[in-house]
Amino acid sequence: MKHTIAVLVENKAGVLSRISGLFARRGFNIDSLAVGPTEDPLISRITIIVDGDDYMAEQVTKQLNKLIDVLKVRNLAENEITRRELALVKVNVDESKRGEIVDIAKIMGCEIVDISHTTLMIEFDDRPERVDLLIDLLSKYSIAEMARTGTIALQKGQESV
Amino acid sequence: MNGAQAIIRSLEREGVSHIFGYPGAAIAPFYDRLSDSNIRHILVRHEQHAGHAAGGYARIAGSPGVCAVTSGPGATNLLTALATAYMDSVPVVAITGQVDSGLLGRDVFQEADITGAAEPFTKYSYLVKEAKDLPRIVKEAFHIAATGRPGPVLIDVPFDIQMTEAKFDFPKDAVIRGYRPTIRGHAGQIKRVIRALEQSEYPLICAGGGVFAAKAQDTLREFAESINIPVVSTLMGIGAIPTSHPLYMGQVGMHGKSTANDAISEADILILIGARVSDRAVLLPDKVKRRTKIIHIDIDPAEIGKNLDTFLPVVGDAKTVMEQVLSHSPARKSDEWVEFLTEKKASRRIDLSDRVNGVNPKRFVNELSKALPDDFIYCADVGQNQLWSAGNIDIRTGGRFLTTGGMGTMGYAIAAAAGARIASREMSDGRFTVAVCGDGAFQMSMMELATVVQHGIDVKVVVMVNGKLGLVREIQTDSYGDRQTAVDLSGSPDPVAIARAYGIAGDTVDTWERARDGMQKLIERKGPYLLAVRVDEAESSL
Repeated sequence: MKHTIAVLVENKAGVLSRISGLFARRGFNIDSLAVGPTEDPLISRITIIVDGDDYMAEQVTKQLNKLIDVLKVRNLAENEITRRELALVKVNVDESKRGEIVDIAKIMGCEIVDISHTTLMIEFDDRPERVDLLIDLLSKYSIAEMARTGTIALQKGQESV
Repeated sequence: MNGAQAIIRSLEREGVSHIFGYPGAAIAPFYDRLSDSNIRHILVRHEQHAGHAAGGYARIAGSPGVCAVTSGPGATNLLTALATAYMDSVPVVAITGQVDSGLLGRDVFQEADITGAAEPFTKYSYLVKEAKDLPRIVKEAFHIAATGRPGPVLIDVPFDIQMTEAKFDFPKDAVIRGYRPTIRGHAGQIKRVIRALEQSEYPLICAGGGVFAAKAQDTLREFAESINIPVVSTLMGIGAIPTSHPLYMGQVGMHGKSTANDAISEADILILIGARVSDRAVLLPDKVKRRTKIIHIDIDPAEIGKNLDTFLPVVGDAKTVMEQVLSHSPARKSDEWVEFLTEKKASRRIDLSDRVNGVNPKRFVNELSKALPDDFIYCADVGQNQLWSAGNIDIRTGGRFLTTGGMGTMGYAIAAAAGARIASREMSDGRFTVAVCGDGAFQMSMMELATVVQHGIDVKVVVMVNGKLGLVREIQTDSYGDRQTAVDLSGSPDPVAIARAYGIAGDTVDTWERARDGMQKLIERKGPYLLAVRVDEAESSL
């Protein structure tokens, strides 16, 4: 089962290596990890998606909490959050396929952000499973290169970490 | 004042009296200024032992031990000692020299990424970027090392930072917003503990090293006596209550006394106090899980539920939580359960029989510990000597048994004993301190005899000599068809001759009569002494 864990940390050197080191050492599997600053420049927010049972999720939470640079850890329940991921996908195209790909992009609600004689670059931000769907649809064509940010998530309503 | 002076001034403010260390180029500015301070430097003979000595010091002083080494190999040599302190939750502050901050990452002479390398083995670490931060960093390092679940903290100081002038501003308190250990147990959980105790017929306490970290030996005794609960201990918890106490049923686990293991499987409630129930401590976790409800009292929430399913977690300091429970005056349990275990315990006696070859090490440990002053410090190394010691030592109130239970680092005892002895001298005239090791571990640490002599540290050393790496030999005998591979220690020097070379008197004993005389000499001797005790190579650990 996938767990979405939000971690608030001190925004200073070495913190990310402490966190990724902990995951490697204790054998926790990370599906994705996204880091960025928050409204407070001294605090960064890390969103981690881990795949494992409840025991593992509890261990991840406790071990993260133990790190001195970690300020808050919260295992976010699926139904209480909004999740997003950004993807950039560059697809090799020729004249005959361009129309089909533009259709897919339109239907999915993507933006085409770059175009050349032989490529299209598609930008898409949505729920991670929608990003997966887009990539699945595009995989029928030739994907030249792609980048995903990893999932970020916030709680809905007034709740916060 | 420069960075080096700022570190030393901060250490003085923290009340540091001794530093165990080994100098080098990258930490030269620090050492240069150290000679202006009243802090005494103990020069060890290998950096690893600076860490062990600091650990031994900390375990007796109850405050962090400090060690200092240079960059690169000095720092990497220290790693094993940091890992040892980490696994055993011992507060150590380590200061390492580092190459110039401008050269970091260029692989210059004696550069090692020590904060990176030590990451899994330290509670926290600092790579100092600015000299003005040093007082705050030292303050935080001591706070982190000593509070919550204690552990080692590393401060890596580049050469140029030690030389940089900065204003000295020592903070009154360490303010670390991501670090607030829970000391008091949650009131609701305490009530649940009381209720669980009321309903229990066969409660059992398992005491771990956390009892010492919380300085809770007296409270544990009061807790066990007033509710009439039998006590077992982990290896790190030996001596948490006296081994001769009627409620004490022995050490649990793979190498433990079977009365203690029986008690665990018969208990309906097991109260773990400052014990992390490692793989060595609990033989059959499944068996325990099925029958026994676990109450886990620990200051580190991450330990609760890690190795065993917990019925009732209480996060907090062992001493405070026990006092909280006692404040509810829980009812005294009947004697039936204690009597049942006492009967079992009585049927198992320490093996005092004579040996055909050499000395019975179990009897030796038992009689030596009985002959020592009550407040002795006994440092056991790793190997069969550790198990002979753990299984047969007699500890009264005030006595301490120091060993490395988590990391199991060979070569620990002599350096740890030196640090422990120094700490004991600060509080009294000094406690009788003995290091017990095998001939394998002795050869990993015998250079520290020079440290002992140079600094006049009154440490006695017992070397159990069987010419083998005995514990590995035993594993090979039991599990590998007795195909003995790489466990023969032929070519080893005579420990007494080695001691003599350092100017330390000593003797070898190979019969029980001579062992008893040797023991007497060891006890009466003023100053260091080494006793080599010959033990049959086929002697078993248990």
